[in-house]
Amino acid sequence: MSTVSGKEAVSTEKATRAVPDHDPARGRDQAMTAGQAAGGRPIPPPRAVSAPRAWLRLLGSEVGLTFRRPRNLAMLGVLTVIPVLIGIALRMFAGTGGDGTGAPMIFERITGNGLFLTFAALSLLVQLMLPVCVAVVAGDSIAGEAGIGTLRYLLAAPAGRTRLLAVKYACVVVFCLAAVTAVALSALLVGLLLFPAGPITLLSGGTIPFLDGVLRIGVVVLYVTAGMAALGAVALALSTLTEVSVGAIASTVVIVIAAQVLRAVPQLSVLQPYLLTEWWSGFDGVLRDPVAIGDMGQGLLVFAAYAAVFCSIAWARFTGKDITA
Amino acid sequence: MSRTPTDAGLAADVPGSRVGGPGGGSRREVPGAELSIVTSGLTKRFGSGQVAVDALDLAVPSGSVFGFLGPNGSGKTTTIRMLLGLVAPTAGEWRLLGTPMPGGVGGVLSRVGALVEGPAFYPYLSGEANLRRYDAADPSADPRTVSTRIGLALERVGLAAAAGKRYRAYSLGMRQRLAIAATLLGPRELLILDEPTNGLDPQGTREVRGLVKEIAAEGTTVFVSSHLLAEVEQMCSHVAVMRTGRLVAQGPIADLRASETVRIRVETPDVEEAAAVLAGLGLPEIRLGDGDVSAALGAGLPERVCAALVTGGVAVRGLAVQRPTLEDVFVGLTGEGFDVDG
Ligand SMILES: Nc1ncnc2c1ncn2[C@@H]1O[C@H](COP(=O)(O)OP(=O)(O)O)[C@@H](O)[C@H]1O
Ligand SMILES: [Mg+2]
Repeated sequence: MSTVSGKEAVSTEKATRAVPDHDPARGRDQAMTAGQAAGGRPIPPPRAVSAPRAWLRLLGSEVGLTFRRPRNLAMLGVLTVIPVLIGIALRMFAGTGGDGTGAPMIFERITGNGLFLTFAALSLLVQLMLPVCVAVVAGDSIAGEAGIGTLRYLLAAPAGRTRLLAVKYACVVVFCLAAVTAVALSALLVGLLLFPAGPITLLSGGTIPFLDGVLRIGVVVLYVTAGMAALGAVALALSTLTEVSVGAIASTVVIVIAAQVLRAVPQLSVLQPYLLTEWWSGFDGVLRDPVAIGDMGQGLLVFAAYAAVFCSIAWARFTGKDITA
Repeated sequence: MSRTPTDAGLAADVPGSRVGGPGGGSRREVPGAELSIVTSGLTKRFGSGQVAVDALDLAVPSGSVFGFLGPNGSGKTTTIRMLLGLVAPTAGEWRLLGTPMPGGVGGVLSRVGALVEGPAFYPYLSGEANLRRYDAADPSADPRTVSTRIGLALERVGLAAAAGKRYRAYSLGMRQRLAIAATLLGPRELLILDEPTNGLDPQGTREVRGLVKEIAAEGTTVFVSSHLLAEVEQMCSHVAVMRTGRLVAQGPIADLRASETVRIRVETPDVEEAAAVLAGLGLPEIRLGDGDVSAALGAGLPERVCAALVTGGVAVRGLAVQRPTLEDVFVGLTGEGFDVDG
């Protein structure tokens, strides 16, 4: 056994308050804030930050993170490219054998008026592509942070569990709007470039001016965003159940596919009004005159119900959860 | 009887605690000594049935550098998670900076910097953007000063040059430093650092120790967990020792050391004569070895012993005062070596 002197023990009286070995020149008398100590640069005293500003700041950070993530940008890119491909394909095959054996009504009209490409692209992508993109972002929202461990630091900051969850969902809604808008804008541009533009002949037979048509596209964008936001709530709830974001994403996609399958089974028609997927493409009403709002209103109710139920589940789970990742 | 520990109750209920031994009594009357962390009966039983932390009564005095020592798996990280409100205790209460938790989480945690179980950041963001992200999560952080505060924090941990680099490209040591920088984003009254020197080279370890002392000198209480005895011994004023979820000892390091006796060891060929001289001086616990004799020194002065040996005609080849290392104390407390996984 060797002779260990160690530092001479601090006198017991001081031991509760003092630290061994510190430079007396920096004693407690000259206590500095953590900020001022390093470089002597002064930091203005912290000012009280209002709660709404703090919310907005976290939301800004969240949205910034979402739209800087290469994966999310890639998904938005793909969503933008698909209407271009549809437009080009229709343009190439329009002259040849295009007498549409069972093609959807909207598709037939694209070659006559480019605006219809927007409706067609949205009703096509809303079946699977858009839901998958939303599932990725929303399914990753909590589980992804838990998986890389940043969740514990956000909560220790302290972000507040309810505040963080609310900001996460708000960001999911923003992403839904961005994704749907990306599809709509891309389709609108390609439609105008490749096909004739002008007053639109509606499904009900009447004709509306071109700008009126663009306005109706805006209504459809908001409607589809609401449908995607409802799915986002489902994915968010699943995201609070796991630390593996792929799990939350995959189960959301499975739920979407299962719902699409159920839709296709005639014997299960009683279920159909309760399925989220049943209402996603229910925006035909805007192409009638007057606008048939009945179906869309019912769709919005279903979306709101899904969002309320699944956000509540997410909240109940997330606020009571042990963060062990 | 209330289970809330007060300063007077420092580890009083802990079986086997050496706190409150010689010199321990005077501290109990220190007036106005505040506690930055107090826990009472804090317990965590995981779903698996595993009791990770068992009825923990901690009392961390304000202004101390408090070492939370224990082998891997002894419940340090679980305790820290409970303190921060990340994990709900199965039983028990706790206060941070005088505020009862978990109700006060929102108000208190802004004044607490925390490093929990290693660094965690967004790999595709730069170090600076990562700190900005965590700062945005703190509702009381002032957005106007964020750049200055981040700059200072990065400077303090020596990462200013790598601020713009993606976290993905950081080495393990740089990641650990960035995590420490994240705890210094605001004026903190309490730092909770879970194994802050993990993954650092000896130079980095020294720097972290220096930083901890510097921060403590500014009046911030530092609660630092470690599985390395030497590390705690070098930077802490107080220590608590965990073993399989239970607290085995807690108190000022000086008190823990004082609880083990100081011995004097004489190297000599005249073993018998030396022993007789030591016995003549009234020193207890005399042990005869092969070419050496040792005895408990107690309040005796080594120079007196030396003089007596020489006067007694003992050929002294060497004389050493053996102060107990903390390791000796802990071996005494736990019955085995320290760096053994529990
Ligand atoms: N989420 C969990 N579920 C079940 N057991 C856990 C969990 N987290 C930690 N434990 C167990 O609790 C004990 C304490 O772990 P921990 O607090 O991480 O120890 P330390 O930080 O001291 O190394 C260990 O035995 C560990 O296996
Ligand atoms: Mg640990």
